[in-house]
Amino acid sequence: MSKEPVAVVGIGQTKHVAARRDVSIAGLVREAARRALNDAELTYANIDAVVIGKAPDFFEGVMMPELYLADALGAVGKPMLRVHTAGSVGGSTALVAANLVAARVHGTVLTLAFEKQSESNAMWGLSLPIPFQQPLLAGAGGFFAPHVRAYMRRSGAPDTVGSLVAYKDRRNALKNPYAHLHEHDITLEKVQASPMLWDPIRYSETCPSSDGACAMVLTDRAGAARSPRPPAWMLGGAMRSEPTLFAGKDFVSPQAGKDCAADVYRQARIADPRREIDAVEMYVPFSWYEPMWLENLGFAAEGEGWKLTESGVTELDGELPVNMSGGVLSTNPIGASGMIRFAEAALQVRGQAGEHQVPDAHRVLGHAYGGGSQFFSMWLVGDRPPQT
Amino acid sequence: MPEVLKAPLVVEFPFTRSLGPVQSAFLTGLRERVVLGVRTGDGRVLVPPMEYDPVTAEDLRDLVEVAPTGTVTTWAWNPAPRRGQPLATPFAWALVRLDGADTALLHALDAPGPDAVRTGMRVRVRWAAERTGAITDIACFEPYAGPDLDGREGPAAVTSEPRPHDGQFADPVTGIVAEARLDYVYSPGRAQSAHIHALADRRTVGERCPECHKVYVPPRGACPTCGVATTEQVEVGPRGTVTTYCIVNIKAKNLDIEVPYVYAHIALDGAGLALHGRIGGIPYDQVRMGLRVEPVWTDDARFPDHYRPTGEPDADYDTFKELL
Repeated sequence: MSKEPVAVVGIGQTKHVAARRDVSIAGLVREAARRALNDAELTYANIDAVVIGKAPDFFEGVMMPELYLADALGAVGKPMLRVHTAGSVGGSTALVAANLVAARVHGTVLTLAFEKQSESNAMWGLSLPIPFQQPLLAGAGGFFAPHVRAYMRRSGAPDTVGSLVAYKDRRNALKNPYAHLHEHDITLEKVQASPMLWDPIRYSETCPSSDGACAMVLTDRAGAARSPRPPAWMLGGAMRSEPTLFAGKDFVSPQAGKDCAADVYRQARIADPRREIDAVEMYVPFSWYEPMWLENLGFAAEGEGWKLTESGVTELDGELPVNMSGGVLSTNPIGASGMIRFAEAALQVRGQAGEHQVPDAHRVLGHAYGGGSQFFSMWLVGDRPPQT
Repeated sequence: MPEVLKAPLVVEFPFTRSLGPVQSAFLTGLRERVVLGVRTGDGRVLVPPMEYDPVTAEDLRDLVEVAPTGTVTTWAWNPAPRRGQPLATPFAWALVRLDGADTALLHALDAPGPDAVRTGMRVRVRWAAERTGAITDIACFEPYAGPDLDGREGPAAVTSEPRPHDGQFADPVTGIVAEARLDYVYSPGRAQSAHIHALADRRTVGERCPECHKVYVPPRGACPTCGVATTEQVEVGPRGTVTTYCIVNIKAKNLDIEVPYVYAHIALDGAGLALHGRIGGIPYDQVRMGLRVEPVWTDDARFPDHYRPTGEPDADYDTFKELL
């Protein structure tokens, strides 16, 4: 028996900011959920199950927050699932929800992810003082910066590429009303002049710390037929994981990322992603990850990803726009960041991305990763139902 | 077999919470010795109040004031209070349905012993002397035999009917700090313990996987890719190669290292993957991929303080490109 096609019929986000002191965590997730329901013209009564994700509980220090969020999300009397896969969690949460629809377990599922970073301390949550272990001698950027240098060595990329990505994403964010950073006076010179924190990563090439939530309503073919607005259809979705650290791990282009993308393309019958996919929302917390993931996801040959960035292919008006929303570089409520990628991909194929809409976006990839390049989740959405 | 290490691991952090409108009114009310509940769509009064209706999921904003007296609906005796609990002497954990409420609030009940506690007994709030807008503004509940349901000083009405309240107070509490603390005993296990014992002799010992033959440093007791136990101990280093690195220009809060400094991945000779360390003894801007280094120990440290150049020629990229 073939799978049930899965459609996105509702999308909601909060305006992402540094600190939402006016709402509780429940109030924050509720805001995104209500916007997604309103977009779908549905109520909680139409929802069969709720699938929620966030980064580690240690971030806000609320253990199993899904328990207390059941009321806010209308989940009382319904199945509610919590997903956790570190930074990729927003994506894998959406996929768990999508799989419930695809398997015909539920007809309509509300999926949601959030982080209230202002009430947390991510650095602390990720670097507990484990006895006998040598402490990490650098911050989060210090963990990733050596991998960026490895990429530069391997690809021969000029050291200007990282700034180009940051400049592009921050300009794209100006067209996205929900983005956290709106740097109206951004210039390439300002990015290039920003302090070098963890050489080769500059301050302006790092992501902010945000409070925010993102929600989607996923439904089956019958639900999509009732949708007041064009649905986005899932054409393929996959997750992969690998150990954080192992002998032979390729941090520049992890095998799990390649395998995950290949699985999505196989499901969606994509032979040449560079030609057949119109745009990408990928998880780029440090600017250099754009060229790295372009290669990992098969949009460029190994060592060639930076050429797409440098030649403007990934600009909003380029041949393969990347992070039209401004991306993680402009908005990073960690647990929600992956779902925002997935939701922004869906907004594009629905033609509802507003000022950062890409014309003729028929197939768009949403991508997330997390846990020191340990977890990967991706989906490809289209404006037409999957061929069955 | 060498001793398996153990040590306490204390995890504590002062988390902040934004309260939102309903919890803000509730906690500010406690500061003013007013207990607020919220009325649901079906007319019930929830104490403590919730932001959203557990039945209909609607917004709940219809605040009411209930009495500081109530009835124990169930309880459990706590003979040995722990740090951070409301009372230092043995007490009952009690669910108390305050007069006017339809749900019960969990708190401590101060009583001389379990024989003095029963379901259905009447209790009242004992207010803390210093109140800040927190659940601890209720110091605890205490047994109560009086007729005054209102419980406050003065000629207040004897009533159990909840009274509407606008939730408005001067200088409302909008956020709280929630101190969290977890006490663990951490053990790194057999393999890492052996590794740590060897470090005391300034030797770096890993374990070789019997299937892929790669040497894990520090060892984990199993190979994460082959999924088999590792037992063969292998000494690696002490010299190694810088495979990649970054230059840290910002001071980390908890580190007393002068910036800039180089944070590097170092593949010790014979190791199957790189470990992390600081590079010293060379200007930071002269560090490069392929630089040959050796550990520098200080007297009492468990780990090398840093690594310094050996003076050997740089390693060829092809020899370490799999170890970045």
